[in-house]
Amino acid sequence: MIARGLFRSAGFRFGAIYALLLAVSAAALALFLWWATAGLLDRQTEAAIAGDARGLADRLATGGLPALIVTIEDRLTQNIDDDAIYLLAGPDMQRVAGNLSHWPQSVTDAGSWYELPIMRGGMKSLASVHRYELPDGFHLLIGRDVQVRAQLRTLLTDALLWAVVVVLLMATAGALLVRGLFRRTLANVSATASAIAGGDFAQRVRLTGRGDEFDQVAEVINDMLDRIGRLMDGVRQVSNAIAHDLRTPITRARTRLEDAALHAKTPDDLRAAIERATMDLDGIVAVFQALLRIAEIEAGSRRSSFARFDLAPLLAEIAELYSLVAEDRGAVLVLEAPDTLQAYGDRAMIQQAIANLIDNAVKFSPKGSAVRLSAVVSTIISIAVCDQGPGIAHGDRERATDRFYRGESARSTPGSGLGLSLVLAVAQLHGGELRLEDNAPGLRAVLTLPLPEVEDIAGRSKVRQGQHRQ
Amino acid sequence: MRILVVEDDKDVAGFVVRGLREAGHVVEHADNGRDGLFLAASETFDAVVLDRMLPGGIDGLKILETLRGQKNTVPVLILSAMAEVDDRVKGLKAGGDDYLTKPFAFAELLARVEALNRRGKGEGPVTKLVVEDLELDLLSRQVKRAGQKVDLQPREFRLLEYLMRHAGQVVTRTMLLEGVWDYHFDPQTNVIDVHVSRLRQKVDKPFPTGLIHTVRNAGYMLRAE
Repeated sequence: MIARGLFRSAGFRFGAIYALLLAVSAAALALFLWWATAGLLDRQTEAAIAGDARGLADRLATGGLPALIVTIEDRLTQNIDDDAIYLLAGPDMQRVAGNLSHWPQSVTDAGSWYELPIMRGGMKSLASVHRYELPDGFHLLIGRDVQVRAQLRTLLTDALLWAVVVVLLMATAGALLVRGLFRRTLANVSATASAIAGGDFAQRVRLTGRGDEFDQVAEVINDMLDRIGRLMDGVRQVSNAIAHDLRTPITRARTRLEDAALHAKTPDDLRAAIERATMDLDGIVAVFQALLRIAEIEAGSRRSSFARFDLAPLLAEIAELYSLVAEDRGAVLVLEAPDTLQAYGDRAMIQQAIANLIDNAVKFSPKGSAVRLSAVVSTIISIAVCDQGPGIAHGDRERATDRFYRGESARSTPGSGLGLSLVLAVAQLHGGELRLEDNAPGLRAVLTLPLPEVEDIAGRSKVRQGQHRQ
Repeated sequence: MRILVVEDDKDVAGFVVRGLREAGHVVEHADNGRDGLFLAASETFDAVVLDRMLPGGIDGLKILETLRGQKNTVPVLILSAMAEVDDRVKGLKAGGDDYLTKPFAFAELLARVEALNRRGKGEGPVTKLVVEDLELDLLSRQVKRAGQKVDLQPREFRLLEYLMRHAGQVVTRTMLLEGVWDYHFDPQTNVIDVHVSRLRQKVDKPFPTGLIHTVRNAGYMLRAE
């Protein structure tokens, strides 16, 4: 159970992987060292013995047994290192020549290598030997004293064994360190998440300020939390607004119907009351639709329908649609925009946002005044709607985009108080903003949108012209 | 017109059926998806009013897709409480001819159903629309009334064209916004009224009889007196 629990911990897994990698690379290094030192010496010894054997075989072939014996004696006297071992034995396995006193019992097969302890000059030593069969039942043993090499091998083995211990220790320590790092980083995120799950929505993941991958994850998580927070605020605002602001029109409709049921004297009175109540209800439905539309925009689901389009004809169409309404109220609508104006976004939403601004401006315009719809391109696209109406008092501008907010001067004009909320939602969805300024007199509402991405000449990489993206 | 209404809400269905009958149509009613699909597939109708959410395992979109799968081209008006843009697009993509969200005014429903029928007949290419002494030439883009040339702005021309194509039918303000301006939201001011009134100034005012009539609580209708 404990082992399984441990392995389920990602920190432990990462630590274990680190340890395993370290051990495997250490083992590979040790193997290579072994092959390059002890292995090399072994191979050299074998090659020397094989060379000796070939020389002696030549001697035997040309001079016969006596020549072989002389050669062996010669070689022994000339052997400076004093590591050569020869033994020529007769068919009865008795010594004929060589520096070993008797034939070692264990060496029985020709053609295989033996490593055996020997006595030479009263000293114990280790030899690597090979047996060759000669004609007439003679046997030849050629070998090398490998005592020094064996010592080296022992030394190497010891060193490598110690190295294994050190590697294991380092792997364990490293694994613990990795696990600790991992845990500490995750603990930060996990603590924030549990605080939020527990209801403290103000908590955010702490940044280390190093700007590394963990910081990037933390930033993404914090952005996500901010967005969720804004959405939650929106929902809270809407439900409060519905509870408070829709009460009025619903009460009105209800009163009308009840009043008609109690006091209407003629069928015509009754019909008129019902019609007015129906209109009140239609108004409520319109408010709901506007609320839903704002919610839809704020949820960001409409971003899928973003595309490039020309803003200029859209502005012209809106100006054309509203110019008659303005005229009807004794005002004029003036359009000042370039002939073509590339924008990126949801065409229908931007259309509705601008229409809302114009709608407002026309609604509040006094006789003989002008409403100006203009578009200017700099590093961003600024669409401004200016009127000469009562405007919005400086202190109220901040709240003017709140849902259902209606300024003092707007109380007597029909409207739901949702128009600017929708414009703001559209602006934010597009990464732009909505500014309400003083037009002295009147209101100047500016909707800004970022410029569309422009493709470079090769048409490969995309560059954003402005930096006005949130 | 022979109209099938597929709607499970008893009050809404009763209201729609009664209203359509009063307007002179023959109406069949199904209160669940299964019956609705059966009726729509086995009999011939001039139009279908289809609720999206229905009991009985088969919803409105499924009915619509099945009908279109069988090459049945009966005009369908989708009636739904789902008002989001995506829902509307989904409904129209599934083969709906028009989409009306609940709650709705009956006048709007009636106007749209009758407009559907007109669309369904597929009149073929028309080059000239004539109502009484009013003539609209789609090729030369000229309008004449009683032989006299009437000068119209491009948008006024399109507004008149829409009214004339639906001559004798009620056309609501929303239909005009969608059909002439391609706007899919309701402006808070009376933009349409102002435009229609401007059109009247040119088309009706100089002549003894008016052709463009206001229909109370509904919209407008262009018809001979």
